[in-house]
Amino acid sequence: MAVTAWEVVIGCEIHVQLATQSKIFSGAATAFGAAPNTQACAVDLGLPGVLPVLNGEAVRLAVKFGLAIDAHIEPHAVFARKNYFYPDLPKGYQISQLERPIVGAGHVDILLEEGVRKRIGITRAHLEEDAGKSLHEDFHGMTGIDLNRAGTPLLEIVSEPDLRSAAEAAAYMRKIHQLVRYLGISDGNMQEGSFRCDANVSVRPLGQAELGTRAEIKNINSFRFVEQAVNYEVERQIALLESGGRVVQETRLYDPDRGETRSMRSKEEANDYRYFPDPDLLPLAIDANFIEAVRATLPELPEARCQRFIQELGLLEYDANTLTASRPLADYFEAVCAAAKCDAKLCANWVMGTLSAALNRDAISVESSPVSAEALAELLRRIADHTISGKIAKQVFDLMWQGEGRADAIIADRGLQQITDNSALEAMIATTIDAYPQQRDEYRAGKEKLFGFFVGQVMKQTKGQANPALVNEILTIKLKG
Amino acid sequence: MSLQSRDVEYIAHLARLAIDASEVPQYAQSLSSILDLVDSLNSVNTETIAPMSHPLAMAQRLRPDLVDANPGETGRDQFQAHAPQVSDGLYLVPRVVE
Repeated sequence: MAVTAWEVVIGCEIHVQLATQSKIFSGAATAFGAAPNTQACAVDLGLPGVLPVLNGEAVRLAVKFGLAIDAHIEPHAVFARKNYFYPDLPKGYQISQLERPIVGAGHVDILLEEGVRKRIGITRAHLEEDAGKSLHEDFHGMTGIDLNRAGTPLLEIVSEPDLRSAAEAAAYMRKIHQLVRYLGISDGNMQEGSFRCDANVSVRPLGQAELGTRAEIKNINSFRFVEQAVNYEVERQIALLESGGRVVQETRLYDPDRGETRSMRSKEEANDYRYFPDPDLLPLAIDANFIEAVRATLPELPEARCQRFIQELGLLEYDANTLTASRPLADYFEAVCAAAKCDAKLCANWVMGTLSAALNRDAISVESSPVSAEALAELLRRIADHTISGKIAKQVFDLMWQGEGRADAIIADRGLQQITDNSALEAMIATTIDAYPQQRDEYRAGKEKLFGFFVGQVMKQTKGQANPALVNEILTIKLKG
Repeated sequence: MSLQSRDVEYIAHLARLAIDASEVPQYAQSLSSILDLVDSLNSVNTETIAPMSHPLAMAQRLRPDLVDANPGETGRDQFQAHAPQVSDGLYLVPRVVE
């Protein structure tokens, strides 16, 4: 096939573990890391005679997501059985939703390069239970099953095939991750499997309306991997089609160590799940009062907050986006602004720069920053009122980070205030100039870049405590002679 | 509606039921007659009736999000006393991947 350009089409299914204490249909705990099977009760084990009872909190969290993506909330949601055999699914079926999922069609906007916004459709989001975990290490040729995870509440978020590149798929995955964390409906912990993505990838000749045959890449648990996996898969499919082959509809796994996707033996030869409404569960009635009560708990969402930072605080869009990337970071930044009562741009630069660098370096989350928002604000006030320069402020910050106390105390104890006594500074600058007669004469003869040399000498003499603007001013005058 | 032998074999495979080949025609006939009975419902006019997903005209009751049935190690050991094979707290099953 002679095709000049290929179009990539991607749709994502993201499984989000909802932040409940107990399982979706039982009173067993959902905590991560417990000893095997100590959190699998009779319901989770699918023992005869047990009945599922739906967790109201899982319903509330799902509705909260639906409202945040401007979706239709189904007033009579229905649970269905998805039937297949696998040892980590003790009942022989997963309770999920097919028709009438709790959350209907909605959308999110992703930000692409150069500030372009793109709207991505969300087809639906439905509640379901997670399966257990199979451990294939050697148990005398057997497989070990841990059912602690069985029955953990999941929200499966299904996108429209609106994504057109690996970068868009990663941006979408980040967007949903940011959203569920803002909403507080999931911890989004990818290492623990609380947030995982399946990507449906296909390619078609540019301009063709019909979709190509897709492959599904399962269980991608990092933003980096989604990009790598999709890129690999796109190249594989294009190479296959261009050499006259066909893409087979199948499930593939991404192997990050080898940087490739490979075919996965399907769980069931035919994916015939024989869904039917679960007779153990009645339809879920969600009324307008309930929806409004949930709506009242919605926090300010990232886009709205970003716009407010741009309009009210005068931040650049890039900075506003960075600061609203996570709710704790945005909260921290706003607390700094409120306490510092100085230029928001200065606050933004410090939160995104010095603070974020220190947090990254020591792998600490902003919530547990050793320098509180109030403490940072105190430091920034001292920059704003010219008590210290930005350079000295970095030293003070390092001391604060090491637990040496608050900014004012550090500045006072170590005598770090800027020298604001003009006469003292003037005398000192005069002495400095006289100490370097050769450079002075060369400067006066026109070698202007020596100005920086004198600034350096003065700053060295004052240990950086001289007000740089004042030093420039006095030096300019004195050097003229 | 009439089920063929291959339909019966397919359904039996999906349900992991071992059936004797000689019994397949009999199953096909029995299952077909059940489907015919259900099919007869189609003759009833349901135009004004809202579809139901459950025979009971009730709504699902919700449970508060409380951990009140966590088995812990004691519960696990009781459950595992019935299991054919366990090791290190895990249920052991025939190996599922090669």
